Amino acid sequence: MVKKVLANCYLYVILALMYLPIMVVIVFSFSNSTLFRFPNGFTLGAYQSIFTSPNTPALMSALKNTFLIAIIASVVATLLGTISAIGIFNLKRRVRRVVESVNQMPIINSEIVMAVSLMVFFALPFLSFMNGYVKLIIAHITFCTPYVILSVMPRLMQMDPNIYEAALDLGASQTKALFKVIIPMLVPGIISGFVMAFTLSIDDFIITQLNKTEGIQTLSTYLYEDARIKSLSPFWFAVFSIMFVVVLFILLSINFYNAKKLGNEPKNKVKHTVRNPSGR
Amino acid sequence: MNKAVNFFNSQFKKVKNFRITRKVFSYPYILFMLLFVVIPLVMILANAFMAGGSFTFQNFADFFSSPSGLLVLLESMLVGLFTVVICLAIGFPVAYFIAKYTKSGTLVLLFILPMWVNFLIRTLSTKALFDLMGIQLGLGTVIFGMVYNFLPFMILPIHTTLTNLDKHFAEAAGDLGASEMQVFLKVIVPLSLPGVVSGITMVFIPTISTFAISSLLSNGMVFLFGDSIYTKFNQGLYGVGSVMSLIMFAFVLVSNMFMNKFNKAQTAGRQLW
Repeated sequence: MVKKVLANCYLYVILALMYLPIMVVIVFSFSNSTLFRFPNGFTLGAYQSIFTSPNTPALMSALKNTFLIAIIASVVATLLGTISAIGIFNLKRRVRRVVESVNQMPIINSEIVMAVSLMVFFALPFLSFMNGYVKLIIAHITFCTPYVILSVMPRLMQMDPNIYEAALDLGASQTKALFKVIIPMLVPGIISGFVMAFTLSIDDFIITQLNKTEGIQTLSTYLYEDARIKSLSPFWFAVFSIMFVVVLFILLSINFYNAKKLGNEPKNKVKHTVRNPSGR
Repeated sequence: MNKAVNFFNSQFKKVKNFRITRKVFSYPYILFMLLFVVIPLVMILANAFMAGGSFTFQNFADFFSSPSGLLVLLESMLVGLFTVVICLAIGFPVAYFIAKYTKSGTLVLLFILPMWVNFLIRTLSTKALFDLMGIQLGLGTVIFGMVYNFLPFMILPIHTTLTNLDKHFAEAAGDLGASEMQVFLKVIVPLSLPGVVSGITMVFIPTISTFAISSLLSNGMVFLFGDSIYTKFNQGLYGVGSVMSLIMFAFVLVSNMFMNKFNKAQTAGRQLW
């Protein structure tokens, strides 16, 4: 019993330490100053300045770019990934192994190497026709699709191959069997792949930073540009707080949704999504 | 005219006979990967052996003979080593206690949550904390920032291995007379090794290769391998930059090999497919 209490104490201390920096930011987002004091008392000034400061247009355009790139890249990655997963699943064993290990490359490789390799590639003279957005979207598709494939593949492996053949025997054409039988069974994997791709794309900094052209900023590159030299202006404190709360809310609701869905099933295996560690 | 119609008809027939085998679905992506994954990496490889348009080992010689480049590599590895050790020392108990004493998924979620917050935000928040406490930025703050950033990546794989462990092993060891300490050291720790190895990889590789964290947390004083690669490419030194990227890539491949080896050894018996 004592052991359990001590263990729990340890867990909560570590947790508190982990959240200390972000808590500091949230607390001082209400002070509208960077001095870590409350010269104006409790104020929402920092939150107002998101919409009224001279940085606002740049921030809003960065926000727009981030979502534009994330939506296009994750939709394309999901379509491409789903179709390719079906294809890869049906390749001959040896070919499949090769394709799967190349597919893993963007995941295991360190981001900086991916980023510089794409940078060198996009610098090829005959690719100069691509505009900045196209380059960024292609780069994002490159690192998102592997995750979609990895989340669709397990569903394919669990699937009973007889079901597809039964559909063919019952007179469905190949295309019909694909859309009416196989794809519906893959939907959970497709959805989690899409969510993964979307968050990774929003979150990405390194690959975007190295492959962006002048004038296109996403949220993270704009933050880097703005905060690299001087210290953070108060309105960033407010932006951080909002983003943290949004992430917290989304993750908690996914968790509760899953817990509710699994409510009746025995909970002996907890599965978590593992994501690339490089800070994406 | 007739000839043309015949020709088109025969072509059309060919198309009709071309049944969609599902293998075909992978071809667009294979082409895509060739273009945007394989060729860029091959270009890095080629760049490393090229200088002034001819094949040469000059870039390697340049990198390995310059003390500053090697120093950056050494410093990065030291920072990586410290970060890994601290993360392991903090993270293993966390993963172990969660797996042993708590049932709820919420606690795990809280430990993993920082992974989903942008790392620039995490890093800049840490910097704000240091500002608040009046701590001088330097090597210490860089290592702290790395630990803060990458601790979840140590906790998660270890926790996953520990929860998937067959509890009967520990019980059997207890029944056979092992003390609690012995059970921990001789059963649980060895069985958790795959998780530990992937945790170490998932912390070490990004620590040495990440860019921006070290310079933000040390006001540009500490300069790690990832930053160094970025700077080389920014200055147009593609040759040396490519050599450094290859070194980084070699790190990735070696650590990945280790990880696979450990995982295979452990799951060989359990995996059915």
